[in-house]
Amino acid sequence: MTHPHAIGGLPPETQPQLYLDGVSRAFDGFKAINNLSLVIERGELRAVIGPNGAGKTTMMDIITGKTRPDEGQVLWEQTVDLTKLDEADTARLGIGRKFQKPTVFESHTVEDNLALALKADRSPWAMLFRRAGAAEAARIDELLGTIRLGDARKRLAGDLSHGQKQWLEIGMLLAQDPQLLLVDEPAAGMTDAETMMTADLLKSIAGERSVLVVEHDMDFVRALDCKVTVLHQGSVLAEGRLDAVSEMPEVIEVYLGR
Amino acid sequence: MGRPEKRLIDRRLGIFLAGLFLLTVAVPVGNLWMAGQPVPTYLVALIGKYLCYALLAVALDLVWGYCGILSLGHGAFFALGGYAMGMYLMREIGARGVYANPVLPDFMVFIGWKELPWYWYGFDLFPFALLMVLLVPGVLAFVFGWFAFRSRVTGVYLSIITQAMTYALLLAFFRNDMGFGGNNGLTDFKDILGFDLARPATKVGLMMLSAVALAGGLILARWVTTSRLGKVLVCVRDAESRTRFLGYRVEHYKLFIFTLSAMMAGVAGALYVPQVGIINPSEFSPANSIEIVIWVALGGRGTLVGAALGAILVAAAKTILTGALPEAWLYALGALFILVTIALPTGVLGALEGGIARLKRPAPAQEVEA
Repeated sequence: MTHPHAIGGLPPETQPQLYLDGVSRAFDGFKAINNLSLVIERGELRAVIGPNGAGKTTMMDIITGKTRPDEGQVLWEQTVDLTKLDEADTARLGIGRKFQKPTVFESHTVEDNLALALKADRSPWAMLFRRAGAAEAARIDELLGTIRLGDARKRLAGDLSHGQKQWLEIGMLLAQDPQLLLVDEPAAGMTDAETMMTADLLKSIAGERSVLVVEHDMDFVRALDCKVTVLHQGSVLAEGRLDAVSEMPEVIEVYLGR
Repeated sequence: MGRPEKRLIDRRLGIFLAGLFLLTVAVPVGNLWMAGQPVPTYLVALIGKYLCYALLAVALDLVWGYCGILSLGHGAFFALGGYAMGMYLMREIGARGVYANPVLPDFMVFIGWKELPWYWYGFDLFPFALLMVLLVPGVLAFVFGWFAFRSRVTGVYLSIITQAMTYALLLAFFRNDMGFGGNNGLTDFKDILGFDLARPATKVGLMMLSAVALAGGLILARWVTTSRLGKVLVCVRDAESRTRFLGYRVEHYKLFIFTLSAMMAGVAGALYVPQVGIINPSEFSPANSIEIVIWVALGGRGTLVGAALGAILVAAAKTILTGALPEAWLYALGALFILVTIALPTGVLGALEGGIARLKRPAPAQEVEA
């Protein structure tokens, strides 16, 4: 799985965590992703914006091994070819993914949701005999603090509010101890206050880990205050600070329509 | 609904096991030792049969109730376990058959076979037959599940191919040249381990064994479902792709529980055959497998005890109704299923427990969340 010549085209000082080059993927002739190239540095916070159908979700599917690209390179830590792996593999490598619709295990308690997400041996046999330990309890306490759900630990996840579910899911990602978090529209359906709290939470996570956020909400992206990539028709249209990007005529064209 | 209990034997299972224990004491006493025999021998075999069905229902509840795999072919695993036991019972007949062939079962002599086919070897040994009771359904479930789960066949499509599996086996076992007695199946059993199958004491013993197997199956299933693995199964049921993206190999979990469940169904089939005295291809019929699903849905999916209860209730109703109004049974079953789905979505057990909870707290303060 190692590719010694994989990053020949890059300047030597960059050490990208995630590297996509010339990636394409078509569904029934429609190119959802078209010659997409993207580089995420270690610890970076990156927002990806773009109109509906720009290929944001397909891009995440490709990174996490859910969808195989037709062509192009997807490299993790410069050596691991992600196109050969599946969801469970990429999760074990350290790529955490948050879905657009908050997806938690509704018939389990908040605590159990986190316990099941904690980094550990995932084989059925190990899970059959695993019992809770003190180290695990401490880690769960810490996570509950981070996502502000300490009071809800014994509640069923299905009883949480929409925003709380979003946070619980982010907490579950953190429990996995990932190197990269892929976050799909976390602010969808949140109140303004919740949106700003979520932006703060993601900013605090970045640095130690890389975070890639796909988002529609411009206030939220502004609050993230990071480098922005604009996707359009499956490829990168523009990249830079939000203020700079939003003044580019081609971006305005895409967003305001013809 | 309350949070699931963490104890291995919760109140629900405790009450059921206590009831089962009383049954296994009362039936032998009433049949063998009481004057006037309040429990006739036919009833002993009938109860034993219901208990086997109950174990089969628990097996299906494991995969359907906890992992969301709606198998419409679980009757196949039950039948295969039954055939493995039936093969032992056939070999046990020995020279007492109509043709008095010490090795070949009657049906093989009848179709002119001279030698025992290789796959009948070893079935004269009881331990070997027991091993096959577990292995044959287990290996079939493992191989079938390996291909189905790895290809991510789920939902209705999986249900359809499980149905196709049992139908294919039905057709295969109907063939005389398969060497399993064709449409007559295996029957005319004489004894099991030297115990005469016609004697009431043997029937009582088999019924008690069935009760022990059901209790063991329930405790094992409860242990599995309360473990961390059991929690992951529920994750797979409720949010399969979330589970995958957390790094769990969903197909391994499905394969584990599907295989375990198939082996449990095999044990139920093996206990069933000596009590009813016959195993034939009709056990593979798709309708049988669908009936198992109805037991579980009726009793209460995802509760284990409810599944066992549902099997016993429906099977008893079937015995009574098919005796009184044979044509009405299928309609009654259909009506019952519709009624339960609409009126009792949590099954009989859920309705029972809900009723008891309401009795305990006569004026339930509306549970309003702040």
